[in-house]
Amino acid sequence: MRLNRRQRVLIGLGVSLLFLAAVCAAGILSGEAAMATDFSRKNTAPCVKYLFGTDWLGRDMLARTLKGLSLSILIGLLAAAVSAVLALVLGIVSATMGKAVDAAVTFCIDLVMGVPHILLLLLISVALGKGLRGVIVGVALTHWPSLARLIRAEVIQLKESPYIRIAEKLGKSKWYIARKHLLPHLLPQFVVGLVLLFPHAILHESSITFLGFGLSTEQPAIGIVLSEAMKYLVTGEWWLALFPGLLLVIVVILFYVAGESLQKLMNPGSVHE
Amino acid sequence: MDRRIPVLIGKNIVRAMLLVFAVSIVTFWLMKASPMDPLQTNVGQAALGSMSREQIEKLEEYWGVNTPPAEQYLSWAKDFVRGDMGTSLLYRQPVAKVIGAKLANSLFLMIFAWLVSGLLGFVLGVIAGMNRGKWIDKLIKGYCLVISSTPAFWLALLLLMIFGVGLRWFPIGLSVPIGVEAGGVTFLDRVYHAVLPALTLSITGVSNIALHTREKMIDICGSDYMLFARMRGETGWRLFKNYGFRNVLLPAITLHFAAISEIFGGSVLVEQVFSYPGLGQAAVAAGLGSDMPLLMAVTIVSALFVFGGNMIANILYGVVDPRIRRGGASK
Repeated sequence: MRLNRRQRVLIGLGVSLLFLAAVCAAGILSGEAAMATDFSRKNTAPCVKYLFGTDWLGRDMLARTLKGLSLSILIGLLAAAVSAVLALVLGIVSATMGKAVDAAVTFCIDLVMGVPHILLLLLISVALGKGLRGVIVGVALTHWPSLARLIRAEVIQLKESPYIRIAEKLGKSKWYIARKHLLPHLLPQFVVGLVLLFPHAILHESSITFLGFGLSTEQPAIGIVLSEAMKYLVTGEWWLALFPGLLLVIVVILFYVAGESLQKLMNPGSVHE
Repeated sequence: MDRRIPVLIGKNIVRAMLLVFAVSIVTFWLMKASPMDPLQTNVGQAALGSMSREQIEKLEEYWGVNTPPAEQYLSWAKDFVRGDMGTSLLYRQPVAKVIGAKLANSLFLMIFAWLVSGLLGFVLGVIAGMNRGKWIDKLIKGYCLVISSTPAFWLALLLLMIFGVGLRWFPIGLSVPIGVEAGGVTFLDRVYHAVLPALTLSITGVSNIALHTREKMIDICGSDYMLFARMRGETGWRLFKNYGFRNVLLPAITLHFAAISEIFGGSVLVEQVFSYPGLGQAAVAAGLGSDMPLLMAVTIVSALFVFGGNMIANILYGVVDPRIRRGGASK
């Protein structure tokens, strides 16, 4: 059976979303197993029973990895969603509210882009007292600029289009134009931008927790699992860092695949560009 | 020469100064908003309990607990402009000195990684763009996808596991050999210790520039002059050398100057894994220990680098591409 491109993209999207959902579900279900210690089985290399091996406290690394990934995915989703909404609002406001507002928003964009993300995340996390809240707010506040820029450019272009000009001449209010004419046009780009923010958000979330800002060791986010593994690297327990990281990379790739598939579905012309 | 270029440069410098100023205020405000008590994090609950009232007051003065924020910022800014960055609370040394030593270590890494990732990314991007849709394009695209999905710190761990712990080719950390006096460290020692961190940074930096170059190359391949050259029978290297190279070089270079921020961010993570005493590690230590003067200085230095890179990108575009120069003048 030969599938056409659209069908192939749909299958890719479905499979990646299914896998991500499965990781989340497994992580939430394996909450207990991720914390259970058992010294009789500590430092087991990967085998059939413990696919990812166990750590120095005898905790099952597979359960810990899944738990950590599900936590990271959920944090990433939340932060990216907040960030994308921020980008949408600021992008539209900047393009429609006049020169002064535009200059202010552009200045903010340059400001956030001017400090390396990790450093800014670190600062925000310190400001909020190194907790779950700090990580979410930090990721949300650092990821909006590029999408906001994109939306701003799109709105500026849209504003010049005839049907919006005519709507203005007809005396429609700004709010009406934004709701009826701008938003429907921006929606596909917004959704794609949102999905493409996820992988970035998850990468940064794992990085900041890896550095020791953010969650406590009782909440084994993937960054914490890996930073703990780093201490045992030299003694030869390679599986502690290898498998959790590998799964993290796969999760991020799948988010990219999902985002790009969505882009192809919503904007079929982009495939040929 | 016309006067537009100096004006362009001047505008960019003023803008960058304003942004750096804003960065310093935001950083200061964030540090002040932190609920972490510098005394508790650095002295410890137990030690505080056994201290007398006077001792605690002295410590509070040292860590600046009771001074009003605005006053603190102003006095800090005044000193900073004069070149005095204050004293690092963790290292108990002038911040300028700490930053100078760390920056030298970091620059070593970052310049190497910046050059290698730029060259490699450019070449890969051009190859992918010229052979669009063929297997090599797919391979490079796949490689870029995997690399951009890989957290820098995990790649560092992986290389450390393979080349440091497994094969024992490279040391597993620090920038100098352990147990050797500062005078006895040779330049080669430093290079030897910087290989793995620099390699990690170079690998992670490739994907962005490669994908960008590929896109530009595809645009160029679709242009009329390219089509015409193909019709005349030019192919492969000649086609690229005569028609592609100059057109794709400028966007690639400007993008790479703007990518300094990412290399900086990556170096924070990589230095942490390799315990490489650079700027990024200082930032993490300062953040965990609420060392405000140091963290402020690191943030501002990194912002200076990023804005400097962006400025060079803007100016380069303005100087080299006359279309943009004219577009800027007509506004």
